[in-house]
Amino acid sequence: MLRNLPKDWLGAGFVVVLGLAILIFVPVYFDLFEVLQMTKYVVLALFVLSLAYIWGFGGILSFGQAGFFGLGGYIFAVSSINMGQTTLPFLIAIGLCVVFAAALGYFMFYGRLNDVYLGVVTLVVTLILYKLINHTAGPEYIIGTARLGGFNGIPSIPIMTLPWQPDQEMEPAQMFQYFMAILIVVYVLLHILIKSKFGRVAISIRENEVRSSLLGYDVRLYKLCIFMIGGAIGGGAGAMWASYQTFVDPNIFSLEWSAKCLIWVIAGGVGTLIGPIIGVIALEYLSFQLGQTDFINNLIVLGTILILVVLLMPKGLFPTFRDIFLKLWRRGGGQGGGQGDGGRLG
Amino acid sequence: MSEQILLATSDLSMRFGGVVAVDQVDFAVKTGELRCLIGPNGAGKSTFFKCLTGQLKPTAGSVLFAGQELSGQTTHDIVRLGIGIKTQVPNLFDGLAARENIALSARRSNNQKRTEEITDEMLELIAITGLANREVGHLAHGERQLVELAMVLAGRPRLVLLDEPAAGMTADERGRLAEVLRQLAGDMSLIVVEHDMQFIRDIATEITVLHRGRVFIEGDVAAIMAHTEVQEIYLGKEANGAA
Repeated sequence: MLRNLPKDWLGAGFVVVLGLAILIFVPVYFDLFEVLQMTKYVVLALFVLSLAYIWGFGGILSFGQAGFFGLGGYIFAVSSINMGQTTLPFLIAIGLCVVFAAALGYFMFYGRLNDVYLGVVTLVVTLILYKLINHTAGPEYIIGTARLGGFNGIPSIPIMTLPWQPDQEMEPAQMFQYFMAILIVVYVLLHILIKSKFGRVAISIRENEVRSSLLGYDVRLYKLCIFMIGGAIGGGAGAMWASYQTFVDPNIFSLEWSAKCLIWVIAGGVGTLIGPIIGVIALEYLSFQLGQTDFINNLIVLGTILILVVLLMPKGLFPTFRDIFLKLWRRGGGQGGGQGDGGRLG
Repeated sequence: MSEQILLATSDLSMRFGGVVAVDQVDFAVKTGELRCLIGPNGAGKSTFFKCLTGQLKPTAGSVLFAGQELSGQTTHDIVRLGIGIKTQVPNLFDGLAARENIALSARRSNNQKRTEEITDEMLELIAITGLANREVGHLAHGERQLVELAMVLAGRPRLVLLDEPAAGMTADERGRLAEVLRQLAGDMSLIVVEHDMQFIRDIATEITVLHRGRVFIEGDVAAIMAHTEVQEIYLGKEANGAA
């Protein structure tokens, strides 16, 4: 029966099963510190999915995805401190990030900005937010009971609660499972979206914008929707990050975060969903391990690894290893032909 | 064939700085008509097509399609009204199979089942069933032309603009294309830009000659082919005046 399933659904199914196994067994077999580390990877995986989707499946290269990550974090911080709960603030953070993406995207896509200017605008908007939040240290910058705190950031952000248990903060293991469940749901929804008519048209726009328009598709509207979806995911990840850290500061808007997000996608493989997730986990784990050593600066090692990945595996880690595996499988008599997460329409 | 005018341009002009690519063109096509548009390189044929499809905003004049003004409308809105274009250089999704290219066009206004039916119909109509599963980026130029035509037709347009559709085709492919275009005329209107005179003789009854952005002369094939000044224009000699 599995043989009749399309190969990409088989791949997605495997990812989901693996994700569920991780969700169930990690809190059982790993200690608290490791569970917290993995929770961080899960949040960052969701963040990287926001760019992996809009870039890989919509052709929108945003240099400012940290803008949504930061906005989500700050909106969640302010609203959860004021409301004394986390479920509604989580939804508000996602909703306002969608609104922000709609406003910004409207000017970019309906203003027919080309790819280069789009990259510049997204980057500049993020840096403006960074500067803006940095200058809110005074006591007058207060929303309800939440002081923005400028460069000091906002401390004591509530830990997430389960929607049906609003008075009970999650334990680290619960938080890991909750975030992991969100990651799996977002992954599945994106996979369904990519395989839908909307997703197919989005890929066609990525491939050839002029022809898509000449087929009668409103390229501006599609791109706007894709950008809003990316904004929602980025904003949601930001809210989870703020709750995970119980703290958020303006550095969340920094160039470093936007650049890291791009690097994770490039290293993992543009045009796939699982690749960037692998990219973020591999590089963050490596960064963490190198950070524990004294003999060499971890940024130098990371930079070297990234250069090597780009030069030796321009498609990224996941597509390269997938292709090698398929080649070996075919040579061994298997029936290959995987196409990644949706680079093709068929 | 109905005598109703489907497309009419009036004083249509397109300037690029000091260069006038399309100059006060008055042009009309009837429902079901197959019209050839000829002229030397730089006559403004492709620019004229781009004005019709909204890829370029005309500097002046108007375009009426089925009674609706097209000036100021976006490309996708114009296409949705029923104008399809096969561009001079085949404009396809190179990473996709021919079938997927055609299906993308049909899918805009059809469900999945109907899309597959239309895709199969188009593959058969253009006789490219053998190319269905081949990635179009790896096809020969002539084959790409055929795939693009099938893709455009899959959108069920009322008017098809074909910019040099026979370029790069083998004799057999050209013959098949001419047959298909003759077959389509009547069901839809076609404007064909072409340089291949034999191909034009095979398909057209009416020809419009563009020269330096203006309509130089219009008439039936025999009259246009015999026209001395048209021959001079094609041979590169200067025409003394517009007809």
